[in-house]
Amino acid sequence: MSDSWQPSCSPALLKARAALNHHIREFFSAREVLEVEVPILASTFVTDPFVEPVTAHHTGHTYYLQSSPEYAMKRLLAEYRQCIYALTKVFRAGESGSRHNPEFTMLEWYRVGLDDHQLMTEVGDLVAQLIPELAIHKLSYRQWFYRRWQIDPHEISLAELRVLGKSLIEIDDTGLDKDAWLDLLVTHELEPALPVGLTFVHDFPASQAALARIVNDANGTPVARRFEGYLATAPGNAMELANGYWELTCPNEQRRRFARDIARRSALGLPQYPVDEQLLAALAHGLPDCAGVALGVDRLLMRQQGLSRIGEGLSFEFSRA
Amino acid sequence: MATYSINDFRTGLKVMLDGDPCNIVENELVKPGKGQAFNRVKLRNLATGRVWDRTFRGSESLEAADVIDRDMEYLYSDGEFWHFMDPESFDQFAADAKAVADAAKWLREQDKCVVTLFNNAPLVVTPPNHVELEVTETDPGLKGDTAQGGTKPATLSTGAVVKVPLFMNVGDVVRVDTRTGEYLGRASKD
Repeated sequence: MSDSWQPSCSPALLKARAALNHHIREFFSAREVLEVEVPILASTFVTDPFVEPVTAHHTGHTYYLQSSPEYAMKRLLAEYRQCIYALTKVFRAGESGSRHNPEFTMLEWYRVGLDDHQLMTEVGDLVAQLIPELAIHKLSYRQWFYRRWQIDPHEISLAELRVLGKSLIEIDDTGLDKDAWLDLLVTHELEPALPVGLTFVHDFPASQAALARIVNDANGTPVARRFEGYLATAPGNAMELANGYWELTCPNEQRRRFARDIARRSALGLPQYPVDEQLLAALAHGLPDCAGVALGVDRLLMRQQGLSRIGEGLSFEFSRA
Repeated sequence: MATYSINDFRTGLKVMLDGDPCNIVENELVKPGKGQAFNRVKLRNLATGRVWDRTFRGSESLEAADVIDRDMEYLYSDGEFWHFMDPESFDQFAADAKAVADAAKWLREQDKCVVTLFNNAPLVVTPPNHVELEVTETDPGLKGDTAQGGTKPATLSTGAVVKVPLFMNVGDVVRVDTRTGEYLGRASKD
């Protein structure tokens, strides 16, 4: 306990973080993307089945520390229709580990008129400026699974997926659905095997669309125009870095997704939070066609600086906060 | 018996899994940004020594294992059991060959060691990290040969065989690391 007042990172890492933030701001300034600040403390929360809020209290009411600046940024987009970015703290209850801190720094940006593939290129441009000699790879979610096991993750049945999963992962899988098994195969098998560099995986299963639009792919399969960027600086150390969408703009479809999330939370016995009606109103007003992405800045710093734990790059890791 | 939820898991916690007591070696949160949270846990089965890689959901919990480590004094072996005593309570425990395992070759009467008890019976015996034992058998030492490099096998008073420098003789006392079986140096005789 005696030294717990001291910072958990070195002066060199404090400087590296400051330089990273500075670089990000220069990158967007050169591209005429406007920096915005949005509320961290808000009266509503996302409906995501697997994101839990840190709550706060103010004048007798419960508020939620935001897990992402997404909804507020979309309200700005609906009104001002211009490219924006935010470099902000976000919070997720219960997420603590070598790659997770309950409070972390997120870089989120929206590009009006761009789609997911154009935005992947821009993410690659930014990361390549920060990590020397960065190789960039791109493959679809289907190819990712097919190359390893010759299965189509969109078509495979839960029963078949379960047989494959059980042969690789020791788990009590009672009640695990198809998406949970797909996630397990990603985190346990596919992600660690990704090559050194930045790999974009695109065209996610429609069931994992979150706020991405769903479009038929070349096979005629409805897929989510969502991508994930994984960054590896050494074999085996690939880590989820960024999550982007060609954004859903239809308010009715958005309302259905909220309802589906809420039903899922309810079935899982998870608490319910107030739905952001203001986001729905903004979508009804009209969100411009755009693509958006969220990138974990602490993880980018980890890989840039060769850190094995997220806490090493924080001035005070959570146990000292 | 108490239970631990997965969120309470930390290194060193003893839990029951599939009927065996296990020690948690590593616990890592695995959670895609949009996906469900899992914990990837490495556990050492204390009964078999095998390390398990198991994945749990945050909602799961495991029963605590009634496992405690106690400092004890080694008394003697009757050929079938090795007898230990807690120097504070004077409680005596008999450990079988499975519990003593490789520790047997380092145990000298009256030495202190750690006995891991599971449901109050010895499960694992851990010798001290460093022991000092007398050489009882080895080829004669080469006079003046204190140069580095050369080693020869030596049998110690407990029966362990370790590699020692060429100049060591029967009756010399050596210091050995029991975790690696490596010779650390010459010790002064008692």
